Amino acid sequence: MMLVLLITVLMVGAVAAVVAGEWNRYLPRWIALLASAAGLLLVTLLWANTSPHSVTDGQWLMDFRKEWIPSFGITFHLAVDGLSLLLLALTFFLGVLAVLCSWDEIRERTGFYYFNLLWILAGVAGVFMAMDMFLFYFFWEVMLIPMYFLIGIWGSENRVYAAYKFFIFTQASGLLMFLAILGLYFIHGRDTGIYTFGYFELIETVIPFKTAFWLMSGFMIAFAVKLPVFPFHTWLPDAHGEAPTAGSLILAGLLLKTGAYGMLRFVVPMFPEVVTDVAVPAMVLGVAGIVYGAVMAYSQTDLKRLVAFTSVSHMGFVITGIFALNELALQGVVMQLVTHALSTGALFLMAGMIKERLHTRDIGQMGGLWGPMPQMGTIGLVFAMASLGLPGLGNFVAEFLILLGVFQAQPWITVAAASGLIFSAVYSLRIVGKIFLGPRRTMEAVPDFSFREMLIMAALTVSVVWLGLFPQPVINTARPAITELIRFMDVHSAASHHQSYVK
Amino acid sequence: MPLTVLAGASVLVMLLIVARLSHRIIQLVSLLLFVIAFICLLNIRGMLPYEVGSLFMIDSFGAFMTGLIIFSGLVVNIFSYIYFQEKEEGPKEYYVLLFLCTLGACVLALSEHFVSVFLGLEILTIGLYALIAYLRTRNHSIEAGIKYLVLAAFSSAFLLFGMALVYLQTGTMSFAGMAGVVAADSVPPLLITGLGLMLVGLGFKLAVVPFHMWTADVYQGAPVPVTTFIATASKGGVVAAMLRFFIAIDGFRSEPLQMVMIAIAIASMVAGNLLALRQKNIKRLLAYSSIAHLGYLLVAFIPGSAVVPQAVSFYLLTYFITTFAAFGVITILSDSESDAEDLGRYKALFWKHPALASILSIAMFSLAGIPLTAGFTGKFYVLTTGIGQGFWLLAVVLVLSSVVGLYYYLRVVTTLFAGTRDLLPDPPAKYPVFLGISMAVLSILTFALIWLGVYPDSVIGVVQGLQLK
Repeated sequence: MMLVLLITVLMVGAVAAVVAGEWNRYLPRWIALLASAAGLLLVTLLWANTSPHSVTDGQWLMDFRKEWIPSFGITFHLAVDGLSLLLLALTFFLGVLAVLCSWDEIRERTGFYYFNLLWILAGVAGVFMAMDMFLFYFFWEVMLIPMYFLIGIWGSENRVYAAYKFFIFTQASGLLMFLAILGLYFIHGRDTGIYTFGYFELIETVIPFKTAFWLMSGFMIAFAVKLPVFPFHTWLPDAHGEAPTAGSLILAGLLLKTGAYGMLRFVVPMFPEVVTDVAVPAMVLGVAGIVYGAVMAYSQTDLKRLVAFTSVSHMGFVITGIFALNELALQGVVMQLVTHALSTGALFLMAGMIKERLHTRDIGQMGGLWGPMPQMGTIGLVFAMASLGLPGLGNFVAEFLILLGVFQAQPWITVAAASGLIFSAVYSLRIVGKIFLGPRRTMEAVPDFSFREMLIMAALTVSVVWLGLFPQPVINTARPAITELIRFMDVHSAASHHQSYVK
Repeated sequence: MPLTVLAGASVLVMLLIVARLSHRIIQLVSLLLFVIAFICLLNIRGMLPYEVGSLFMIDSFGAFMTGLIIFSGLVVNIFSYIYFQEKEEGPKEYYVLLFLCTLGACVLALSEHFVSVFLGLEILTIGLYALIAYLRTRNHSIEAGIKYLVLAAFSSAFLLFGMALVYLQTGTMSFAGMAGVVAADSVPPLLITGLGLMLVGLGFKLAVVPFHMWTADVYQGAPVPVTTFIATASKGGVVAAMLRFFIAIDGFRSEPLQMVMIAIAIASMVAGNLLALRQKNIKRLLAYSSIAHLGYLLVAFIPGSAVVPQAVSFYLLTYFITTFAAFGVITILSDSESDAEDLGRYKALFWKHPALASILSIAMFSLAGIPLTAGFTGKFYVLTTGIGQGFWLLAVVLVLSSVVGLYYYLRVVTTLFAGTRDLLPDPPAKYPVFLGISMAVLSILTFALIWLGVYPDSVIGVVQGLQLK
């Protein structure tokens, strides 16, 4: 019931915001803050209640199930394990920050703005909890339209183009995934006589290898576009660049994570044999993304596009880690999802704050900002360091774990992936050097952090340092889900070996 | 029984016109008559299925389709008042024709005999000739009317010739009789030829590629309520008749026929969506979109499995509701000089009339098949039907072409939100009562769109209970 509450609180908040927006411009933001904070509180409670038992009680912490469209075997089934819980906590944490950072930025049509914001959060939260494939797809799509509006209405100059591109890329790939879901549904139905979209039933489906390959491609393409994996990333710099600050924050912090989550939750357990087969090409693509993203990031002059390309680079680590298919790497992936959301989110927020002050995203026009804004400079340095993977900050733990895990699987790929650390140092230092150091280009008075901005940045800084020094809670929470995944993989590859002997 | 009401209604309205009553009274009376026809339909639910001579078969599927058609007549009727009150032409005869067209479509949906099929089709089409060209002072109207007249007559000839050939081969004109003959032996070439010719005639009415040339011009030229009617009731009737015929003779198992239908479906989906891409006129845009949607419908139609009638009925239901909502908004926004068809006029509508813009956006999302709207559930049903029988090619084409389609639906939605300039006139507040009724209907339709998208189970239950005799 609590899980349903998590989604409904956001949806009710969204509707309340749009209604209140008719009366008063300022009311919607309070409603949005209240709704997302309430959600954060609920998740924290959930986490606090369950974490001591989670290791012993098996993978699933909470479950909610209700018939939805029984004629097609569709249920409204939500469940949470450690992985989902972490990502949910992240969702609501970033949700609160997103509301706070739009506090003054958004002045027009506030009701509809916060409606979209909360609606995206509801969709993302639903994606992380859905245990019915139809429901999953439903939520997957629910978050698209409000994001489209967010970019298309409140974005900067080139917003309409970016919004189209984002929507068409994600929707097209999503529809292919939907075809794959339907294929799975019918194969399972034919084999067992039970037509259902339930995750726990479909995961047991035995699929002929060739069909499995095509079905997996359907899923993979949706998740690869969302993540994004190297050749499918072209929507990302546009969307991130043009979106309003909160939009970029949510895109980088949450929407990209749904792609990784989808791979961990669906692709790997459903198609274990195929995944093992395509592991090496996928890792190569991941490494290509790491290097390409880093090089592109270095050559950008637009601050937000720069940060967007660092996302491509960091997400390369994620895909490489997922396809290493061992516990170390997967733990690293989960860490990376959380820490990347924090560090990149912070960089986007900072880009937004600088833009509010200087009215530009062009790095060439910045410089010497440390003088007037020492606080922002310091924080900027912290997150640039986080982004390059400095020990002591969360990203280091994540990338180190991934590299360790990948080394066990493919040493040479690790060598190439590790070069990403050097590249990231180059572009991160360029951010700091160009923006905060050097001669001042503008002589306008630029105020330093306001209290609200300081609050946002303090929350992010504390989290990223905490994750760097004491990552154990995250690792513990995610462990049951990951060991279960690895066990499932082993059982299935053993079973398939066994089958091949029999044949 | 509902057929009698409809037929009687047209006569009654004609008499009322003679009595020189005002537009308002005639409108209200015809509204009432539509409601009565609808209630009659609900009343006969217990007696289903029953046969009228050998011409009509009123089974639950037929009743459902008739219900849809009468409902669309009803909705069109409601929208008509605002639209026609401002025009110079006397709008009263319009209602007579509307009843006749509805009657024709219902006859089609219930017929199980070539004679009644042709009868229904002609009642429908002849009514439409006049309706399309109703605003006779507008150039586009006349052009559309003539175009429809020539092509429809031509396609009727094809249909008739096809029927003749089928009759020659089977020696009977009732579907049931044909079923016996066809089942006995393998499909002879003459029969295939006949069926092919019939397909041309029916394909024209459905406006599927390659028989779609008239669509955009007619949609654009016809008065908006009439366009709504063409898009919904007229197509619904033909689909129902076609489905009944194909199931009766089990035409799905004929290989060449199936190939032709697959080709038509793919061509419609692709061409419809591509042609709509660059349209700046929303009526033409919806015309091309309807071509694509009929292509989607064929994906549910071709597999020939037991779920086909359900999928087709459900899809038509969702498509009808969506189309009503979209055209309803256009109707309300049209003024006495011209229809609100230029996309540029919709700029910034959201900030001026949030309610209308929301309705139009939801309708567009539903046409695009995005979750939370009826269109998605409909498309889901269609895809399930197609994939369930292993028609992967159709499913993939459907998905890819609807991605293309997304672009232009989104363009409409983007226009609604773009800019702050306001070029649209206020809705005619001169008729607050009818405007209120229209808005109420639109709200109900929108609610239905979302309801069907979020919780379609009850309706799916109804649809699954439908039977074809």
